[in-house]
Amino acid sequence: MADPMKIRAKLTGDVAEIKVMMSHAMENGQRKDSAGNTIPHHFIQQIWVEVGGKTVIQGQTGTSVSRNPVFGFKVKGAKAGDKVVIKWRDNKGETRSDEAVVA
Amino acid sequence: MDMLRRSMVKSVGAGGVLAAALAAGLLKPTRVLAAEEWNRAAFDAKEASAALKGIGASNTADSKDILLKAPDIAENGAVVPVEVVSNIPNTISIAVLSLKNPLPLAAAFDYSNGAMPELQVRVRLAETTQVKAVVKTADGKFYSAQKEVKVTVGGCGG
Repeated sequence: MADPMKIRAKLTGDVAEIKVMMSHAMENGQRKDSAGNTIPHHFIQQIWVEVGGKTVIQGQTGTSVSRNPVFGFKVKGAKAGDKVVIKWRDNKGETRSDEAVVA
Repeated sequence: MDMLRRSMVKSVGAGGVLAAALAAGLLKPTRVLAAEEWNRAAFDAKEASAALKGIGASNTADSKDILLKAPDIAENGAVVPVEVVSNIPNTISIAVLSLKNPLPLAAAFDYSNGAMPELQVRVRLAETTQVKAVVKTADGKFYSAQKEVKVTVGGCGG
């Protein structure tokens, strides 16, 4: 399984600033290994962000997103202590879900 | 033949469960669709125009109410920070494209339940290109902003 995401959720007023770094190769299918063979696609396709039990952001991504993707979001109406859950799913069907708390 | 029958029995069974979940209000239909389907037509498009068509944005109006931040010059095309902030009322989606990449569409995000229409993402740029931000509003209109980023070392091969 992929390494855990790093999630930070900082509250300013009633806005949670969420930063997430995902650990993923995001292979774009254009690179070749040392033997000259094309390294197949392997990349995150879908992302879900939940704050306080509600889905606030759903995203889709392609191979133009950098390796070890970093995303930043802002969510209004958040409170300290709200749980942030972020999930991703890649083109091989692998998934990962991690949590943080708004602070 | 028997294989076909089995798979049909299975799919009917799965559909039944889904229908029950829908009836119970556990899942909203829009969520189910969005969650299940990656937009292959848009993300596999090799031309920016086809990628835009894939997300329904064939016609976009330039807007000064979209703030698009990206470096003027990216020494390393593998990691280029892009930030989009939409000040257009009722923004529900933001997409980011790098127009000259082999596969231009980088990301498309939907916002709801208090999520502010802002996106920070790091993209690969294959060569010097226009980066385009596309915003969709609740009434189905599309707006866009563009900025050129000069790339010293491309970020797609290697």
